[in-house]
Parts: sequence; C-alpha cells; structure tokens
Amino acid sequence: MKLGLVIDLDTCVGCHACAVACKQWNSSGMSGPLTDYKPYGDEPAGVWFNRIRHYEVDEYPNSKTINAPMSCMHCEDAACVTVCPTGASYKREEDGIVLIDQDKCMGCNYCAWACPYGARELDRESGTMKKCTLCVDRIYDDNLPESERQPACVLTCPSNARFYGDFDDPDSVVSQKVRERGGYSMMPEAGYQPTNKYLPPRQKPLVEQHAEKAASTEKPLSQIQRWIAQQLTRQA
Amino acid sequence: MFPALSVICFTLLSGAGYGLLILLCLDNAFDIGLALEGMRRNILAIVSLLLITIGLLCSTLHLANPKNAWRAFFRFRTSWLSREGVFAVLLYPFALFWLFMVWSNGVMPASGVEKLLAVVTFFLAVATLFSTGMIYACLKTIRQWNNALTPANYLLLGLMLGASIVLVGIDGGQGSTSAEKLVLGLTAIAALTKITYFYWIGKPAGPTINSALGFTRATVRLLDVGHGSGNFLTDEFGFELARTRLLWLRLVCIVCAFLLPILLLVSFDRSIFVNIAAMIFAFFGVFVERWLFFAEARHVVNLYHGAQRT
Ligand code: SF4
Ligand code: SF4
Ligand code: SF4
Repeated sequence: MKLGLVIDLDTCVGCHACAVACKQWNSSGMSGPLTDYKPYGDEPAGVWFNRIRHYEVDEYPNSKTINAPMSCMHCEDAACVTVCPTGASYKREEDGIVLIDQDKCMGCNYCAWACPYGARELDRESGTMKKCTLCVDRIYDDNLPESERQPACVLTCPSNARFYGDFDDPDSVVSQKVRERGGYSMMPEAGYQPTNKYLPPRQKPLVEQHAEKAASTEKPLSQIQRWIAQQLTRQA
Repeated sequence: MFPALSVICFTLLSGAGYGLLILLCLDNAFDIGLALEGMRRNILAIVSLLLITIGLLCSTLHLANPKNAWRAFFRFRTSWLSREGVFAVLLYPFALFWLFMVWSNGVMPASGVEKLLAVVTFFLAVATLFSTGMIYACLKTIRQWNNALTPANYLLLGLMLGASIVLVGIDGGQGSTSAEKLVLGLTAIAALTKITYFYWIGKPAGPTINSALGFTRATVRLLDVGHGSGNFLTDEFGFELARTRLLWLRLVCIVCAFLLPILLLVSFDRSIFVNIAAMIFAFFGVFVERWLFFAEARHVVNLYHGAQRT
C-alpha cells in the first residue's frame, strides 16, 4: 500500500479548515499536543502539521489565485528518515506512512533540514519533532464507521479539495484523480518522490478583452442606450 | 539558515581539535618534521582533546531533547550525524591510549604500538571531521552546502587551525621552519578552497518558486504566507542578511582567517607573539566563516515562503 493525499488546487478555496481540523484531531493523537506558544499573546505561534499558503500565478488579467495546502508528502525517498541519527523517524513498510517516534527523538532538527517541503516542525515544549501522521490513528480505527476512517483534513474540507487513498490501487479515488486530472508532485527535482499529488487548476479561457475594449470606445450615449436595453431584456 | 552559536562553536572548536590531533598523530607516526618533543607534544595532545570535548559538549546544547542523545549512535548505516557521533566516541579510547603511550615514552623514539595507535587515531580523527562536513554536504535541500567543497572546507580549515596551534606550541624562536611552512601551506590551500566555494555558491541553481509549486510556465508570487507571526520554519530557515553585509563579512573572513596570518608569518621574525597573533586571527576568521556558512545557506522551504529562488 502507498497511502497519501491528493489535493485539488482548482477547488481549494484556502479556508484553512483542514489545518484547523488537523490541529484539533492531532492534539490528542499520537504526536500530540501541537503546542501553542503564547496563544493569547501578541504573536501567537505554534506547531501545525498542515499549512496553507496563497499565491498568485501569472500576470493580470490572466492571473489566478492558488491556495496551496502542504503537509508531509510521505515521500518514497524520504531523506528525513535516512538522516535521522536516532531512528526516531521511520517509514512504515506496509503503507508508506512516515512517522516520528516521540520517545526516541532527541530534537536535533536534522530531519527538518532534510525535508524540502517544510513538513516537520519542532515542538519547543516537548523538545521533539512533529509532523503529519496521515491521521494513522483515524484511518485504522475500527471503532469509527467505515466512511470516517479518513484523515481529519480530508473529512472536513468544505470544498472537497482533499482526497485520501492508496496510490498502489489503480481504482482508488486518488489514483483516478491523478490519472484524469494530470496530478503532479511539488518540487520533483528534489528527488524525494513525494506520494502526495496536486491537481492543477482547470484551464479557464483567457479573459475576453475585445468586448470590453469595444465598449469603452463607444459613445457615452450609446453606452446608456445599451444599458437600458440590457435592463429591459432582464425584466422581460 | 539560522546560525546557531552552539553549532558554530562545535564545528570551530572540534574542528581545530581534530586538525591538531591529526597533525600530532602524523608527526608521531611518520615524523613530518614538526620537531615536537616530550612535554610540548603531550600538552598539545591534551589541548586537542580538550578542544574536541568542549566542542562536542557545545553540540549537545543544540539538542532540544538531549536525554535521548545516546540513541544517536544507532543509525550509522544511513545518517552522517550518527556516523560522526560514532567516530567521535570511538576516537577517545585510541587517542587516550596513544597519549598514555606517548607520555610514558618521554623523549624516546616512538615504539611500534605507539605508531600504530597514532595511525588509528589519525584515521578516526579524519573520519570524524569528514563526517561533520558530510552532515551538511548530504542535504539536497540546501544547495550552498550540497557540494564536495563543504567537507573539503571542514577538513582544511580544521587542519589549518590545528597547524596554527602547533606553531604556538613550538616555542617561537626555536620552532621548526617546517611547522611554519605547514601553516602557510595549509592556509593557502584552505583560502583557495574557500574562495572557490564563495564563487561556486554564487551561481544560481536548483529549484525555483515555479518548480516548487508546479507552475513552470508563468510567474508565481506569494500573496499571503498563511501564518500571522513566525513559526519554526521561519525561525530556522528564514534567516536573511543584506547582501552588502554578507560581502563585508566575506571580506572579514578572508582577511582574518587567511590573509593576516600569512602576512604576519611572512613579514615578521619568528616569535611567540607573532604566532599567537596569527592563531587568534585564524580562529576569529574561521568563526566568521562558520557563521557565514549558515547565514548564506538558503533552504528550499524559503521558496514556499515567497523566495523566487534559493
Ligand atoms: S515531506 Fe518531508 S517529512 Fe514528509 S516524508 Fe517527505 S521529506 Fe519527510
Ligand atoms: S529531530 Fe528527532 S526525528 Fe528529527 S533527525 Fe533528530 S532525532 Fe531524528
Ligand atoms: S492527514 Fe491528518 S495529520 Fe496529516 S495534514 Fe491531514 S489531518 Fe493533519
């Protein structure tokens, strides 16, 4: 099995709901708590497993806002695991999930240096490294109904931009999405072979500029006439 | 990268200590002409072990959870950090035993066992110093580190500092010219490598914000980073310094670490004060070099925080 996430950059609205759900679920999970420093102070900061950043791609008027949620990619060639001197970081044979044994970590930060995706964050309170667990304590929990055995971030996403599944199974939702929508890896040249994939925004037609231009060269009077005509047809 | 004082002190002091130990062992086993005898050599050997030990203790200050530090010896197979720890610890019994032999031998010519121990200690010291360099050089996420010059710099600068200590250890006037030549030679080679390194990392390379996000056919710029105040990622990787400040510091590094020691040794008559001054400048220069080594390193995660390239 090769478990991971697919994130749809076309539908993600950048609401940070997944990050909040992640924090809520994992605070009491195997790597919890996700310590907050000075939560009510001027500069609240803390540990998150999932962060969303916002970008603008291309130039106006063809620009598009992209919201990019990023958590651990559960890389196939995970240098964060090989550099760890204590063996606290490990990748599970059976499903490819990369985890950190909180009882073994010595907080040397080396794995965070090795991760290109900023997925690992040191908890200054516990002195240990923490990261996305792929909600391993949810997805295998037999006490939950089958439909809820999914990561908290996936379940919570209001715009259905997150999918979870087995990339080794060609019929899984994640494999299908990647196939149909041209799912890709972030920073592939780093060579980590991230498992998580991103779906590119759908192509929208370029903004039609001719109509607007034509309108602006119209005489003011005919603009008003056109507006009235529009209003009338709308009433009808 | 944030230049953490603990790591800078560790690489500086241990580096010098290993460099010194390497030279002492070489001299003991193969007589490279340092003309170090009896008590002077013993004291220098103790100094080298002290420097190494203080450095290693500094490095543990970097750990957020040092009670698990003993576990760091178990991933020898894959982790350079683990290898470094193993070599460092393995070195102690050999070095101490060697020191004991040298000490008890006094001014007698080195015995076979003594030479053998010196050779083993030599290899372990080289391996440790090399591993320290490889800790940084193996990271594909930081292009300024991910090259062969990184371990070369660590080795050469360690040897250079070691040699400058040897020169002080040998009493100014009576000292051997070969020790002075050694310092001059090592400083020149180290300077060349470091300057090459500065040119090397100036060449733009590696991922860009476009490849980081997968939008390679259009411009990409950060609109909002998503966090209100800093976090671990910005604290650890976000360190940035104005370009002019960097260039000034490079100049300080090259002048203090290489130029001044060479000038001092070449232009003045040999005396203990000149040697001490050369050593102090070298240490200060390498301290700046280590600080820069971190300050100039740009981790690829900065691309996600809006940097166009690293
Ligand atoms: S995203 Fe980072 S932490 Fe996660 S597996 Fe890859 S390298 Fe490791
Ligand atoms: S911080 Fe912990 S998990 Fe990361 S490399 Fe160090 S010991 Fe391993
Ligand atoms: S899979 Fe779980 S731990 Fe990972 S980002 Fe989603 S909610 Fe957080």
